[in-house]
Amino acid sequence: MEASRGQIWFDALRSGKGSASGYEGPIRSADAPLGDTIARFITVVPDPHNRFPRATDNVVGLEQGWLLARAVRNAIDADRETSVKRPIVAIVDVKSQAYGRREELLGVHLACAAAVDAYASARLAGHPVIALIVGPAMSGAFLAHGYQANRIIALDADGISVHAMGKEAAARVTRRSVEGLDELGDRVLPMSYKMSAYAKLGLLHELIAGIDADAPGQEDIGRVRASLIAAIDDARQGPRDLSSRLKSVDAKRIRAASIEVRKRMAEQWDAS
Amino acid sequence: MSAHDTFIAQHSFIELTARERARALLDAGTFRELIGPFDRLESPWLAMQNVVCQADDGVVIARGKFGGEAAVIAAIEPAFQGGSIGEVSGAKIAAALELAVREFEAGRKIRPVILFETGGVRLQEANLGLAVIAEIQAAIVALRRYVPVVGVIGGMVGCFGGMSLAAALCSRLVMTRQARLGMNGPEVIEQEAGVEELDSRDRRLIWSMIGGEQRTAVGLADTLVEDDTNQVRDAVLSAFERGVPASHRTEQVDAQLERLARVDPSAIDPAVLRTLWQGDV
Repeated sequence: MEASRGQIWFDALRSGKGSASGYEGPIRSADAPLGDTIARFITVVPDPHNRFPRATDNVVGLEQGWLLARAVRNAIDADRETSVKRPIVAIVDVKSQAYGRREELLGVHLACAAAVDAYASARLAGHPVIALIVGPAMSGAFLAHGYQANRIIALDADGISVHAMGKEAAARVTRRSVEGLDELGDRVLPMSYKMSAYAKLGLLHELIAGIDADAPGQEDIGRVRASLIAAIDDARQGPRDLSSRLKSVDAKRIRAASIEVRKRMAEQWDAS
Repeated sequence: MSAHDTFIAQHSFIELTARERARALLDAGTFRELIGPFDRLESPWLAMQNVVCQADDGVVIARGKFGGEAAVIAAIEPAFQGGSIGEVSGAKIAAALELAVREFEAGRKIRPVILFETGGVRLQEANLGLAVIAEIQAAIVALRRYVPVVGVIGGMVGCFGGMSLAAALCSRLVMTRQARLGMNGPEVIEQEAGVEELDSRDRRLIWSMIGGEQRTAVGLADTLVEDDTNQVRDAVLSAFERGVPASHRTEQVDAQLERLARVDPSAIDPAVLRTLWQGDV
């Protein structure tokens, strides 16, 4: 089987160290040098032998959610007594949450929430959490793996997209053609499937163009590393909440309503 | 009381609007709405797609007292766009929770309650709905270090999509029998995985899987209440009185993985799960 984007970048950022042999399940997690520090890299990979048949692809299902939580919490525990917390890099390549009857019955929402909690808790504890988007970052799967990061970085390459719903499903639900959906995305920015449009929402720290996402060379890897290091430094100097997402020039323009709501809520919070 | 008298004495919670629900839960005479309809903060994105806006964007934020203590309630209106979360409605919830965190940072207390009634991201605001749900989740995790964040799923919409994760992050969750809690709505599963995976028209099956009674029986929600405003209020009050849990459900990684390991995916159904998971966690 061809390596997934998540696996490719997990290996690349660990300086080409191959994975251990044997069955490893759907989550890859390892510590490796990054700049002058050691970072934890975590990704979700396809798991053809997963015992839940609807969760064999690179999706976030029951086991994926809880195992992500474990990989993140393991780093929090390891650094509990240290003042400088290790960075955590979530390499994002997730097609969706797992859609299935068993998943709902057994609480896939809770498994995904456990991953959300772990990443958010790591951020609140002072770990710089960086999401590196190298493939699809879809809906609930992205909420579970990446969207709690202090900083989000994305490659601008084919196959990379952030969205609340897969394109075909969105076309069905909105009764549009896939082309009609593209046209809508050009007019209504948050509806777009293009990374260039997503970048304008002010949520991204950096969009890196010109990288070979499927077969990164040394120069590509070097550029991504440099961006990760810069994002980590930036995160260490900023607050531990997500307020940086409302600070950029793009956010002030496109997410003006989000900012206005917060301003007025603060004004009205205490009775006059 | 006879069954008939009991029924007559109940005041339906489900039939109330979001604003009425918030008012009914808060101590009498203390309801004060923040960013109400007259602020006219509407969705900037719906009109561009020829969808009619609502002046409160489908979320009511109210401050007041609850059990004599300062409180803030975020109530989602099921009748507007299926309770879906857009940029403005989501930002109202996130901002209220963020300000509640600041109360504790300033040494004050406040009781936060979220009344869920939502299909998740509002499709017309896609990426901004998803982004603000991440912010709501972040605020819940930050806030529940200080105080229980109490969620109520009343019905009939239920709680789905990214907001089902937000509900799972709550310290305690109150559900009615009519309410449902799940990540993917039955229609979505049927569409993605086929009718042989799940028949979304089989209401009995759906409620037996993700309805309030099953969710509380297997430890995925805390308190089951009848569709009665007094029962909802009592359950929320008792959730606050019990204080912040020693560990939240989403923190119990090893215990939950162990629970999952006990499940045989080829032979699992709602009844089997009840025997398997009853009394845990």
